[in-house]
Amino acid sequence: MKPAPFAYARPKDWSEALNLLAAGARPGAGTQSLGPLLNLRLAQPDTIADLRHLPDYAGVATADGVVRIGAGTTHAAIEDGAVPGRLGEIMAGVARRIAYRPVRNRGTIGGSLAHADPAADWVAVLPALGATAIALGPRGERRLPTAGFVTGIFETALAADELLRAVELPVLPASARWGHWKFCRKVGEFSKATACVLALPGQAPRAVLAALDAPPLVIEDARALMADPAAEAARLLDSFPGLTAWRRAIAGAALRHVVEQAGVA
Amino acid sequence: MSKIAISLTVNGTPEQVLAEPREQLADLLRGGLLLTGTHVGCEHGVCGACTVEIDGVPARSCITHAGSCDGAVIRTIEGFGEDAVMAALREAFAHEHALQCGYCTPGMLVAARDVVLRLPDADEPRVREEMAGNLCRCTGYRGIVRAVLSVLASRRRAKAAE
Repeated sequence: MKPAPFAYARPKDWSEALNLLAAGARPGAGTQSLGPLLNLRLAQPDTIADLRHLPDYAGVATADGVVRIGAGTTHAAIEDGAVPGRLGEIMAGVARRIAYRPVRNRGTIGGSLAHADPAADWVAVLPALGATAIALGPRGERRLPTAGFVTGIFETALAADELLRAVELPVLPASARWGHWKFCRKVGEFSKATACVLALPGQAPRAVLAALDAPPLVIEDARALMADPAAEAARLLDSFPGLTAWRRAIAGAALRHVVEQAGVA
Repeated sequence: MSKIAISLTVNGTPEQVLAEPREQLADLLRGGLLLTGTHVGCEHGVCGACTVEIDGVPARSCITHAGSCDGAVIRTIEGFGEDAVMAALREAFAHEHALQCGYCTPGMLVAARDVVLRLPDADEPRVREEMAGNLCRCTGYRGIVRAVLSVLASRRRAKAAE
């Protein structure tokens, strides 16, 4: 199908983008998620504000142990190593499995997080990596933990007058252990269950269970999961009461796989 | 809704066009510029038939608005006539029976060329993974994967002989 008519605006700077937002425009980045919704007429905004040309919208910078990734940074850039070190290695592995390369060339990390599809990859992974979302509104920047950022299906903690400008992540030591597993019946399709876990030396591991038609479940202290994955998975999955039996089985498998990958007994 | 003016380069030719804001690049290429080699399949980014090169990398022209391509350099299947890698892929596709109806082929070729250039050491599982974003309803993929692998292999042989 073709989208319903809308007006197109290309803000030159962030204040113009915020003004468009205040006037009711829908922000668009790579449009790899929004585009299909427009084509299917599930979304019918009056105006699309194309954020792709904003200054500093894409790009990665590291300072004082923090990696700042511009919201407009593409999945492909992350796949190709834009983020340095152990964190970059982990994120490249995640990025490579998002949809397909032609989609990753346009789709952005910030667009994906702000769109808040429960099955999206960064929605699951960023909270596990301890990322902070940098929101920009009329009163300036606001920092929001990505744990709790996605509040519902396609709903986030961003205020109506705020744009997602960047995400910030702590640099990881080479010894950081990581597990990530998602179930797709075909390469590149939306996940039916995603789990990930980050284990840093001397800290309680943090795990996330996601893509279950609900906001991600962030387990800040995953020691119990590490100790007895099967039993703890069964307990955690009780917080998703609507799951069918096969979905529950796959989600349980996801948790067991990531514990094994992270190698923490 | 008023049309917007767009300047872009398509297959080496500068173009000035007027497009509706809701117009996707695929529809601009096909309906506006009569470049009908780009095919429109699912129109939600899944099937890959509409894959073209935007600023040197493959992308979905069915979920990329024409307006966002202002200033972009586009290459469609019609623009690869002189490209040696594409020539090798075309020959390999023919030789390996990697197409029947041909609907998916323009997108397949653009995606395959990117795989060949970006991942010179790709093996069969990697080629299957990388080509998973292009659907073919005729061949069953074996010929397509063999064609991409054969071009990769011949390029590796040529490099080793240098």
